[in-house]
Formats: sequence, C-alpha cells, structure tokens
Amino acid sequence: METKAFQKIYTKVTQITKATCTLQASGIGYEEMATVNGRLAQVVKINGDNVTLQIFSGTEGIPTNAEVVFLGRPPVLKVGEELAGRFFNAYGQPIDGGPEVEGEEREIGGPSVNPVRRKQPSELIATGIAGIDLNNTLVTGQKIPFFADPDQPFNQVMAMVALRAKADKIILGGMGLTNDDYLYYKNVFDNAGALDRIISFVNTTENPPVERLLVPDMALTAAEYFAFDKKETVLVLLTDMTLYADALSIVSNRMDQIPSKDSMPGSLYSDLAKIYEKAVQFPEGGSITIIAVTTLSSGDITHAIPDNTGYITEGQLFLRRDSDIGKVIVDPFRSLSRLKQLVIGKQTRKDHPQVMNAAVRLYADASNAKTKLENGFDLTDYDVRTMNFAREYSNDLLAIDVNIDTTMMLDKAWELFGKHFSKAEVGIKQEFVDLYWPV
Amino acid sequence: MEKNKLTTGKVAGIIANLVIVDVDGPVSQNEICYINLGGVKLMAEVIKVLGSKAYTQVFESTRGLKIGESVDFMGHMLEVTLGPGILSRNFDGLQNDLDKMEGTFLKRGEYTAPINVDQEWPFSPLAKAGDQVLAGDWLGEVKENWIGHKIMVPFKFEGKYTVKSVKAEGIYKASDTIAVLTDKDGREVNVSMVQKWPVKVPIKAYTDKPRPFRLMETGVRIIDTMNPIVEGGTGFVPGPFGSGKTVLQHALSKQAEADLIIVAACGERANEVVEIFTEFPELDDPRTGRKLMERTTIIANTSNMPVAAREASVYTAMTLGEYYRSMGLKVLLLADSTSRWAQALREMSNRMEELPGPDAFPMDLPAIISSFYARAGYVYLNNGSTGSITFIGTVSPAGGNLKEPVTESTKKAARCFFALSQQRADSKRYPAVDPIDSYSKYLEYPELQEYLAENISPDWLQNVLETKNLLLRGKEAYEQINILGDDGVPIDYHLRYWKSEVIDFVILQQDAFDKIDASTPIERQKDMLGKVLEVCHTGFDFDGFEEVNPYFKRLINVFKQMNYSLYQSGDFKKYEAELDAIIKERKAA
Ligand SMILES: Nc1ncnc2c1ncn2[C@@H]1O[C@H](COP(=O)(O)OP(=O)(O)OP(=O)(O)O)[C@@H](O)[C@H]1O
Ligand SMILES: [Mg+2]
Repeated sequence: METKAFQKIYTKVTQITKATCTLQASGIGYEEMATVNGRLAQVVKINGDNVTLQIFSGTEGIPTNAEVVFLGRPPVLKVGEELAGRFFNAYGQPIDGGPEVEGEEREIGGPSVNPVRRKQPSELIATGIAGIDLNNTLVTGQKIPFFADPDQPFNQVMAMVALRAKADKIILGGMGLTNDDYLYYKNVFDNAGALDRIISFVNTTENPPVERLLVPDMALTAAEYFAFDKKETVLVLLTDMTLYADALSIVSNRMDQIPSKDSMPGSLYSDLAKIYEKAVQFPEGGSITIIAVTTLSSGDITHAIPDNTGYITEGQLFLRRDSDIGKVIVDPFRSLSRLKQLVIGKQTRKDHPQVMNAAVRLYADASNAKTKLENGFDLTDYDVRTMNFAREYSNDLLAIDVNIDTTMMLDKAWELFGKHFSKAEVGIKQEFVDLYWPV
Repeated sequence: MEKNKLTTGKVAGIIANLVIVDVDGPVSQNEICYINLGGVKLMAEVIKVLGSKAYTQVFESTRGLKIGESVDFMGHMLEVTLGPGILSRNFDGLQNDLDKMEGTFLKRGEYTAPINVDQEWPFSPLAKAGDQVLAGDWLGEVKENWIGHKIMVPFKFEGKYTVKSVKAEGIYKASDTIAVLTDKDGREVNVSMVQKWPVKVPIKAYTDKPRPFRLMETGVRIIDTMNPIVEGGTGFVPGPFGSGKTVLQHALSKQAEADLIIVAACGERANEVVEIFTEFPELDDPRTGRKLMERTTIIANTSNMPVAAREASVYTAMTLGEYYRSMGLKVLLLADSTSRWAQALREMSNRMEELPGPDAFPMDLPAIISSFYARAGYVYLNNGSTGSITFIGTVSPAGGNLKEPVTESTKKAARCFFALSQQRADSKRYPAVDPIDSYSKYLEYPELQEYLAENISPDWLQNVLETKNLLLRGKEAYEQINILGDDGVPIDYHLRYWKSEVIDFVILQQDAFDKIDASTPIERQKDMLGKVLEVCHTGFDFDGFEEVNPYFKRLINVFKQMNYSLYQSGDFKKYEAELDAIIKERKAA
C-alpha cells in the first residue's frame, strides 16, 4: 500500500459497530478505501463530516483511537499480462509467494458495457458432457450457475468444463472455498498443464467472510483486461456465490438495513446482476463467460439467493444424483441454457433442437410413469417403455461422466428412440425422422 | 414550476445513490438536478424534501463523490424530447441515445441528445391559418420511416390557440419553426417539430377513452384464441425465471398487429436487448414489407445500469407511446420486467428509511402500478381519429410465488392475466401460459364479443368457451385417472383427457423458434380450432384404455405436422387428409 506524502492520520473514531466504524473527516470520496489500524476498509456512508467505514475483516479489537488513513482511491487491481498464472487474495495481493504484479491500476467494479457495443453471443462451448452440450448448450459470453446441494461434485464438474472449454484464460474467484477445494483446483489445473492460463482470487473459509465481497469484482476486472484489452476468450469461475450473498446479508444486517426475503438485502438482485452482467461478447473478439456455483439448501430454489440468480443468469445447470443409475446427472427438467437456441441446429446438426426436446418430453413421461408406479398403479406398455428409455438416456447421455461430441450425442438419442418407441410417439418433424430414424 | 433564478445546493450526505443536498432556494418534488463530481455532472431527481435538505436519487454511480460538491437544480422534472427521429433508436432509461455514446463502456455523466434537431425532414402541412387548435392537434406531418409522423401543438400548451401560419410543403430542420400560433391574448408562439414533456405526467391530448373493443392479433394462439388482448388493452405475464416471459414478449414484438413497438428492457439482461437489435434489422414486418426494426424503439436500462434510471425507463417508454398514440397510431408497449422497477422503488424507499409495506416494498406500490397501467388505452383524438397503447408487462415474482405484492397489485390493474406455469415450462409445453388460471377480461366485454362475431365468426366466442371448458374437464379426468388408476375409470375419462391433450398440443403449444409455427394468423387459428373441436365432438370406439394413448399420440403427431407446414400448402393438405383418415378409423358408428 503506497503512502502519499502528506497523508492525514485520523485517530478519533466516534462509533464502532460489528462491521463499521465512524469518524469525523472531510474531503473523503464515496467508496474510497482506507486502513483502520492497518485493516482495509471502505467508505459506505457519508453524512456531513461523519464518515462510516466498513472494515472488511471486522471490527474486533478496533479501539476508538485507531489510526485511520484514507487512501484517496476506490479498490483497485493492477492489471497486466503478469497476472497469468498467479494466485491472489481478495484484495489482489499475491498469496503464492511471488512478487507484486506491476501494471496499470484499474478500479474494480467499473462501469458497464454499453449494450449497443455488445455482440450477440454465438460461439458454442463444447464440454463433452451431454447433459450440457445436448440439452443445455453453452455459448461464449454467457453467464450460468450450477445449482447444487453442497454435497454435489460441482467443483469437479466446473474444473472439467473449464479445462475442456478452450479458453485463453481461466479466472477463478473463490469465495469461502475450503482450503481442500482450493488445493483441488490448483492440482487439477497444474496436472492439466494449464497453470499459466489460470488466475485466482481466493477467499478461503479461513479468511474473514466480508472480504469475499471484493472477489467477484477483482476476478472480473482481470477478466475485462484480458477480454477487452487483449481480445482473449476468458472463462470466469465463481464459487460459491451463495457464500458471497451471505456476506452481503451480514453487512446489510449489521448496518441495520431493512431486510427483504430470507434476510437478504433488498438490493440483492442489483448486486448480483452487476457481477453476472459482466459476462459479454465483444465485437472485436474477446469474451467473458461466467460459470458460477450457487449452493442450495436441500434443493430449495425458491430461496432468495438462487431465485434472484435465476432471474439474472442465462439459465442454470442442476446436478442431481440419479438413484436408478447411481450416477450424478445434469437434471434435464430444471436445467436450462437460455442461449442454446443461438447455436443449436446452426453450429450443430439441424435435428438438434427437436431431438433434445423430444428426449426430454419422453423423460418427463417416464417420471409420470414412475409416480404411477409409486402410487401402486399398473403400468401400461408405454409406461414401461418410457421408463426403460429413461434409464438408458440417463446413463448414456445425462451422466456427467459422458464425454462425446454433439453429433454422437444426437446419434445416441436416435438410437434410443428407435429402440423404445414408434415414430409417432417421438413426435419429431418428418424430415428428420426420414433422415435419422434407425433402421 | 418555472423559476427565475435556479436553485443551487451543496452535497451534505451520501449513501449509495441517495444523495442529500443542502439547498439555497425552492426545489420541487421530482425536480432534476446535476451534481458536480470533479467536472462530471451526475443527473439526479428530488424524491423527498425535508426543510432545506433535498433527498435526491442519483441516476449514476456516486463513487468518489465528496461532501460540499455543488449541485444545480434545473427547474423541471425528468423530461423526454419528442419529435421525428425517435423510431428505431436504442435509448437508455433517460432517453440518451446509446449509439451516440463513445467507447465500449458507459461513462457516467455522459448524456447524449435523443434526437438530432438539425436533421431535415420533408414536411407537409395539415392545418391552415385561422384554424382553432388545442394541445395535441396536428399541424403537419413528416415521413418517419414509413409512418406519417404528426407535428402537433405542444402538449404543454393550455387552452385554445389560433393558427397564424403554417410552413408550406418543403424540407425543414426539426428545430425550424413550422407554425406560428396565437393564444387567446393574441401573443404569438413559435412551434417547431420538437417538444418536451415530463415523463411522470400522462399526456391527455384526447377527447375520450372508451372501453377497448378491437382484437389485437398477436399470432400467438394461446392469446388470440384463448385469452385475447385488445387494441388499447392491458395485460401482464407473471412467471418464475425461465418460464418464457421474455420469449413471449419478443414473439409479440415481432408479430403483433401494431404500428409501433416500444420495448422497455427494464432491469433485465443486456443480451436480450442485443438479440432485438441484432435480429430485428434483418427480420421483415409482414404488414409493411419493411424491416421490423423500423417500427421498433428500445428503451434499455439493463440490470447492470443504474438502478434509479430503471424506474425512469418505464415512464420514458410510456411517454413515447403516448406521443405516438396522439398521432393516431396503434402502439404496443412491452416492459420486461415491471418487478425490477418495483425493486428499484424498494431499494430507494429502504435507503430513505421509509416505513416498509409487504415484503419491504413501499406502501404506495399498488397505487403506482395502477396509475401506470391506466396510461394505456384506446383513445379518440380531438380530430376524431383513434389511437391506442396496448401495454403488456412481465412480472418476476420472488420464488415464483404469485402471492407477492407486485403480482397482486398488477393483477388489480391489468385486464389480461397470462400466468406462466413452472410445470408447463418444465415439461416444455411452450408457451407455458397456464390455460386454466389465465384469463382475458375482455372476453366478457360485449364490445369485443360483437367484434369477434363480426370479424371471425358468429360462433367464435362459444367455441372458445367450449374449448376452455374441455380443458378443464380434461384436467379433472386426468386427476381422477391419477387417483383411481388407468383401469379404475371408464374409458370415457381417458377420451376426455386425451381430447384436452389435443387442444393443448395443437392450439396451446406453439414453437416460438419454428419459422412457420411461431406466428398463426387468425384465419388459420379459426381453422385449426374448428378441426380440433371436430375431434372433440367425435365419439370414438375403443376396446380398452390401452388403445387410447397410442391412437391420440398419432393424431396429435399429424396435427403438429400441420402446424409446422405452410398454411394450405401441399404438405398441409396431405396431413389434413391423413388426419381425416385417422379420425375415421375409430369414429363411433
Ligand atoms: N415459446 C417457446 N418455445 C420454445 N422455447 C421456449 C418458449 N418460451 C420459452 N422457451 C425456452 O425457455 C427459455 C427461457 O425463456 P425466457 O428467457 O423467456 O424466460 P423468462 O421467463 O423471461 O425468464 P427470466 O425471468 O429469468 O427472464 C428460453 O431460452 C427457451 O429455451
Ligand atoms: Mg426474461
């Protein structure tokens, strides 16, 4: 932290709460950074001479005569090619033992892209996972979270997707990551020989939770540097956004704001949107794709965090353990990629949209049949066939361990249609049935 | 509101985008001011006054703002600029022309002119010297894209004026004086093609606002056939995330029988706006043969843009709609999502520590929503012509639960309810409009009933009501089957259920991404409903319930192929014949 020549030191704190302290000061800018006895803090309220600072690591042990120094700038990150391969904490300070990055200082949480300067996303991201590529195709410039219970292997799936996605840079924003998961990511990227493409900003469970609030903006400022300045394809992984939102609610509750649903701040939607909307396809070629994790508590998507997220992101991917096949699958009912129609049937085979929909419809029929069975009713022949289909569909296509290309996925789906159903039952446009129905 | 000397002030407090200003003179509620931030001017609006303190909501980020910075009050409320050149533009919520902004990233304090006042337009007069005129009366006309853009007596003019002179046919700049009027005291006023109007005040330059009665065709079957919207009507589309609100609105904006479409992207995704201005310039408007973008104007205040401007954006959009309605045009106004606007109100109200209403929304939310919807409508203008604003907003209920303040308030204000159901979306029955819960109050209007009888067919209403009834009976049968088991109910229950499935698959479900199926003209809707009802009226012979399902699956499949084929094409007729053959197979003697 550089100190300016005549930096004024304040030593008279007038009020201390769990998250904030207030003092009299003048000439202070809103959202300016400061240190309070060396701890980083940010201006969150100014009322006349009274300046309220949010101290990221908490106010425990802060005395009324603490030394407060204002840094004269909002939070910044130094950007440059040297960011590549490096690991930082939430403040953008190296935690890998390497040197400070030299580069241009950029304010984090900067302005939005003018919507008319965006390009419509159009590049398919192939992951090999049929639950994604077939049913929920991803596109560069998209923002999409995994919705998963904490015991699902979302970090593994996300690392797999990241490595297969052919991105120029992968930026990991870890919030409340356990040390084990942090090391897991590090190992996987290392083993794949990808470390030089990775940049990490990590807040682990060992760090104060409020510091997390800086992580997404740090990660996305780095992302904008590579995607906009360097025109690279950037993939940003944010895990776990639920812990980020929890930190927001800690701060707003401590500041006595009126909570809205699920004790989240009323501004949760805007707060999350500011992060996710950084996903962008630039016309000049660079792009930022955001894949996030939002952990659920026992599958409840009506909770304010997943609910607001779903309203912002371009779909969501649900992981679920399918007890019939004993594997984790990408749930075809609740998962959705909103941008898939920009590429499916265009960059993939023409029958893709219809095959995808037909398979999911038949899978839904199977789940109705299953309910019937559970309620003790006899199954019709059709019911039995849908259930057989569902089992194979789940195992051969939905399971996350599948790794094939999209054309093979489509062929596999036709094979299953032909095996279990008549043409009329599948209900696909005649021209495709004529072309692909297995004989 | 005009003041001789404009009030100034100094920043006294900052909490996010709520800035408290010490003022040295009079200020009005909703007055616009500019806050100085190191040479950059941040636009803000007064939302509360307490003694000499004005509480303002800033339409930009306040990062770096300091106490004591100077503030200039403008003496007017938030206004839009009205004149030729609005069509096909991409504005932000404050009517800045986004295309005129420099750079890739939005810079705060950058405000761009909504229209180019130096642009020249071929003008022809509609009024002549000696005419008595009122605000909103037409003085002349210029061609804007394909519409006759009326140059009107400014809406701010009160009382009667006499036309002293109107420019002859010719090319004039938007800022040129095109007419001189004299007021009742003989004072002369110059009128150009450009005027301003405060967005929060409805434009009332009309003589009468009757109940709307003309069907507005949208090409969406579940709307036109089942729950019709009318010219000048209101409707709303609540639905959990991912249920298809935006896809439905985009379909309406492409297909609806309107002269002009104004899309307010209010606190939603930027990529959805990009989709419109990427695709619409390529797509044809079947009514005019021109490009769709020529009739479309976008007000984009996406979710990452300043929250306060989000609230302004819906008012900006409505005011532009009222302006074009006063020209005798049919305007369709779409807002996605009105919940984001309500949330912007909530954020501000919380920051001001107002007493919260349900779910921490402001207490007066229902009143705000209902007076907004009330601005839509079908009107008779002073000269006897008609114009309309049809307004359809989406609502994004928290947790998908319709018992929340925004949905409930909107339900009281809007006359059509297109409820999107999670369950239908999950099973990909798009558009996921719930056929049982949704309604159009207009179907109960004798005015519309008469219109439908005349323009579609005398028995149309009866057929629609019967279809609704069949759907309900099908649902009941389905529930019985689920309780009692397939073989625990008479075959008739299966038939009833499957007939309702035919209605569902053939009429209700519609593929918004299929070139042909996406839009169905009313003539074709009538034909298909007739065909479907024919099936529903047919008695079928089956030996066991097991035969019912495969039979109807076949039937539905052929129906769907018809929906995918060009109307009355060879394929269409081939499938129709196939259908008749299938019906015959099982028709009861
Ligand atoms: N009529 C339709 N035909 C085919 N697919 C549809 C249709 N309507 C919706 N969908 C599918 O559902 C997805 C979500 O739709 P949409 O974006 O309109 O949801 P939404 O209700 O606006 O969600 P949000 O509240 O999050 O904005 C689309 O991307 C598309 O895949
Ligand atoms: Mg939407």
